[in-house]
Amino acid sequence: MTGDANAEHDKARRFRDAALPYLDDVFALARYLMRNAADAEDAVQECYLRALRHFDSYRGPAMKPWLLAILRNVCNAEFSRRGRQDLASDYAADEPAAEQPPLWQEPLASPETALLRQHDNDTIRRLVAALPQPFREAIVLREVNDLSYQEIAEVAGVPVGTVMSRLARARSMLRSAWNAAEGSTAGTVPGGVS
Amino acid sequence: MNCAECEVLLHALIDGELDAGHAREVEAHAATCPGCAAKLSAFRAMREAMARTDLKGTAPAHLRNRIAAALPLSAAQVSAEIITPRKFLQPSRRMFFGGFAAGTALSAALAATLVFTVFPRDQEQTVADEVVSAHIRSLQPGHLMDVETSDQHTVKPWFDGKVDVAPPVIDLTAEGFTLLGGRLDYIDGEPVASVVYKRRKHVINLFVAQRLGAAHANVTDRTVQGYNVRHWSAGGLDFWAVSDLDPAELNEFVQKISAAFRGSPS
Repeated sequence: MTGDANAEHDKARRFRDAALPYLDDVFALARYLMRNAADAEDAVQECYLRALRHFDSYRGPAMKPWLLAILRNVCNAEFSRRGRQDLASDYAADEPAAEQPPLWQEPLASPETALLRQHDNDTIRRLVAALPQPFREAIVLREVNDLSYQEIAEVAGVPVGTVMSRLARARSMLRSAWNAAEGSTAGTVPGGVS
Repeated sequence: MNCAECEVLLHALIDGELDAGHAREVEAHAATCPGCAAKLSAFRAMREAMARTDLKGTAPAHLRNRIAAALPLSAAQVSAEIITPRKFLQPSRRMFFGGFAAGTALSAALAATLVFTVFPRDQEQTVADEVVSAHIRSLQPGHLMDVETSDQHTVKPWFDGKVDVAPPVIDLTAEGFTLLGGRLDYIDGEPVASVVYKRRKHVINLFVAQRLGAAHANVTDRTVQGYNVRHWSAGGLDFWAVSDLDPAELNEFVQKISAAFRGSPS
């Protein structure tokens, strides 16, 4: 093989080693942004191909936020191509109509709202997926992808202060929906201060 | 601190993003404000419940394979195709590479940037390079096996009609080499049976075909791109074993296979 071939081979190998371990993270964000598994898969594949094209100029930040920022651009490009902001979610596909997410309301400040219903995985995922953008994105980057505020700010292209206010709003909305949704058999549990 | 400030900063507190000074302020405010204290504990409880939830999930295996196939791993695959002299580029081979359609555009773009000089080389070395390329390709996710079973009586008939030989499929599980399955591959433009084994984490491809390289009754050793390659001929068949297993263990494998092959009725 020539030096060029070795260099390309080496680059491809370095890219795979660096980027493929974050596939679960990238796919998870894609699912919450696209809200549909098939669209998410297409977005993830496009993300990896774009990332490889730009891998030569990659100097940081950390690989995970870099990939997630590319994925976010891919998803936004897809939304603007389709000319609408949001798509049907397949998270709710199996849910009876009565369990559709409620309209958003600010949480009550009374102490009893400190109680938290217990929900199973699917319900919690559905509640998160039902949040409107850009609050959904902020909470997913934080709770699912485990990014710092600074990294979320870089991925979303907004100041850290905006990240904080979006997260606060996302959690308020999630908490309202959480308590409004039917709990699983265990009902409510105390809110955590012990 | 007022309630409006506290409502935003308490999230930074539970996320561990607040400096010590602000953290004390939030806690001091919550200590005197039941509303904010209730929110703090409710959001903490929610965050803990979310932390116990599998929100991330796992990317499906077919997506991982699709992406791996679209990446130029493919560098090995591309170079193998380009440095191969013309005579090897027969229709069957093109069809084989056609299977990697997902990566084709990208590979083609990469290939266009690569410049190769084709030197005439002796056939034994050419085959050695090809089997190593085939071995590397087989290690990519989803490419190792066409038929996946540890049952030799399933693997052997699977090759019927796909290759013009009946490759011996020998179960060496008891000897520490696990039979993983079989795969149809192409070497030197010809369909070749590959029987796949594993020892610990090391995959061994045993390629079997007629007239694959120069006939050698004795085992010949070589190393190509860091992989150990063993070639020998027996019973009208050529055997090529390729692995990153250490040389002594690969020799042991070769010895067990050839002993079992000599002893088998086929």
